[in-house]
Amino acid sequence: MLNTILASAVFGDVNWANMWEATVETLYMSLVALIFTFFFGIILGLLLYLTDKKQIWENKAAHFIIGAYVNIFRSIPFIILIVLLVPFTRTLVGTMLGPSAALPALIIGAAPFYARMVEIALREIDKGVIEASKAMGASNGQIISKVLLPESMPALVSGITVTAIALVSYTAMAGVIGAGGLGDLAFRDGFQRNNPEITFTATVIVLIIVFILQFIGDMVTNRLDKR
Amino acid sequence: MITLSKIAKVFNTKDGEVKAVDNIDLTIDKGEIFGVIGYSGAGKSTLIRLLNMLEAPTSGTVEVAGKSMHTLSRQKLRAARQEIGMIFQHFNLLWSRTVAENIAFPLEIKGVSKTEQKERVNELIKLVGLEGRGGSYPSQLSGGQKQRVGIARALANNPQVLLCDEATSALDPKTTDSILDLLVDINKKLGLTIVLITHEMHVIRKICHRVAVMESGKIVEQGDVLDIFRRPKQEMTKEFVKQVTEPEETEEALKHLLDKEGIGHVLQLTFVGGDTQRPLITDIVRKFDVNISILQGKISQTQHGSYGSLFISLSGEEKLITDVVDYIKSQQVEVEVIHSA
Ligand SMILES: Nc1ncnc2c1ncn2[C@@H]1O[C@H](COP(=O)(O)OP(=O)(O)OP(=O)(O)O)[C@@H](O)[C@H]1O
Ligand SMILES: [Mg+2]
Repeated sequence: MLNTILASAVFGDVNWANMWEATVETLYMSLVALIFTFFFGIILGLLLYLTDKKQIWENKAAHFIIGAYVNIFRSIPFIILIVLLVPFTRTLVGTMLGPSAALPALIIGAAPFYARMVEIALREIDKGVIEASKAMGASNGQIISKVLLPESMPALVSGITVTAIALVSYTAMAGVIGAGGLGDLAFRDGFQRNNPEITFTATVIVLIIVFILQFIGDMVTNRLDKR
Repeated sequence: MITLSKIAKVFNTKDGEVKAVDNIDLTIDKGEIFGVIGYSGAGKSTLIRLLNMLEAPTSGTVEVAGKSMHTLSRQKLRAARQEIGMIFQHFNLLWSRTVAENIAFPLEIKGVSKTEQKERVNELIKLVGLEGRGGSYPSQLSGGQKQRVGIARALANNPQVLLCDEATSALDPKTTDSILDLLVDINKKLGLTIVLITHEMHVIRKICHRVAVMESGKIVEQGDVLDIFRRPKQEMTKEFVKQVTEPEETEEALKHLLDKEGIGHVLQLTFVGGDTQRPLITDIVRKFDVNISILQGKISQTQHGSYGSLFISLSGEEKLITDVVDYIKSQQVEVEVIHSA
């Protein structure tokens, strides 16, 4: 009883159905984008690392191009990236409405961000271990799958945690192009229609999502780290 | 087993060319423990890395276990490397894998079946004395135990050659000895050819059959360990031999003694091989009318017998002294008069 009164005092005009829908949209955008970001980020990060000087696929041109791509897309403010990518998204997804329309921009924005973290994680690996693997006759593929990725896994996971949290905040901006989600709800229903309770509730939910992500990320990192 | 001819490695650095290995010819026989000693920067690591092509030679040829390593295709080279084990100063274990998984790593690379892997890993764990630690992670092991894992891993594919790059340099003296004992054990049990590089003469003395002394990319002296100890020719070699036979205190102590009045003649006797067992001093005292006192002595074991030096002071008639020296020489013991009364 007291709870309901308290709740209605704080959350007065919150339409819970809309709130739930927006939460699902945010989770959907974040998670789908996260999966693709993880995949592309690792590939980009590996390429960045392996084409560097003295590495197994040393290639100046490739290293420069990938590095340039990563730097450029990492530096463009996300809100501008979304707008820039509108034509691209339209051809790829077919529409600019709904959460799926946010995915290309989210992935293209977050993958380079994560790729740098992947590269840093790979650089941390002891060179001696890679050399020992070569001395044992490992192929490049074996070095990647059996040494580079497993040895850097804790750093890769803590990097993807940071990226996931960044993605959640990116999805809020994706509301601008009508992608939906909590950010969109907070802006349109909360700010523009002057319902601070909605803004407040949306913020609390985003915070909860972020805390849960951080908790899971830390837990997995600690379990993987045998150093 | 291993033949290097006219092998050279030049690094191009910002400061110009560095000849890390300079035209070396070297032959290492099957089943021997061959040591390479030299100071930091002599080119030892580069030399040993040329053996499994971790470093490609600038010129010259490398033959290991009947294969011309420098001519192999990438794929053949990988197969050849599986026949050459290597251990490292800093162990280079994968921290994300347990002891057993680390040892299984080269087997995975070769594509050995899971059941065979398990069997082989158990054998190896026993061989290196790590029973019961298979499930531990490297971070839970001591340095000596880590090197045992390194050795087990290097032996997993039954290599013919084991390369050791400063394998004991990160370990304390006691642990060093236990690892060296393990290497000797493996050498005897498996007939493995071992090439090891070090900057400690102690390591050479303890386990090597032959040794090469390296200085700025060249081998300045090589031979049987005992011969090198007995008759070091190069200045560099003499310095290394001193590491084992004449600890710094000896020199200090002798200096004080030589300043004393009535010290008499001081001789340095160098024993080689089985000679240390003979009661030489007793013989001298019985045969000649001289007084002997022992000033300093140190006897070390090598793979070919004992080696050591003994400092004694003699007092007696001048003529007798020369006789004693001649007598000692006739007993195949090297002698040098380092101070005359
Ligand atoms: N990758 C490299 N690039 C340039 N120069 C190198 C390289 N590796 C080794 N050198 C040079 O070659 C020489 C021999 O080095 P190496 O590592 O073989 O010596 P080392 O005898 O093993 O010394 P340490 O006992 O310190 O390990 C050194 O002058 C070193 O600077
Ligand atoms: Mg070295």
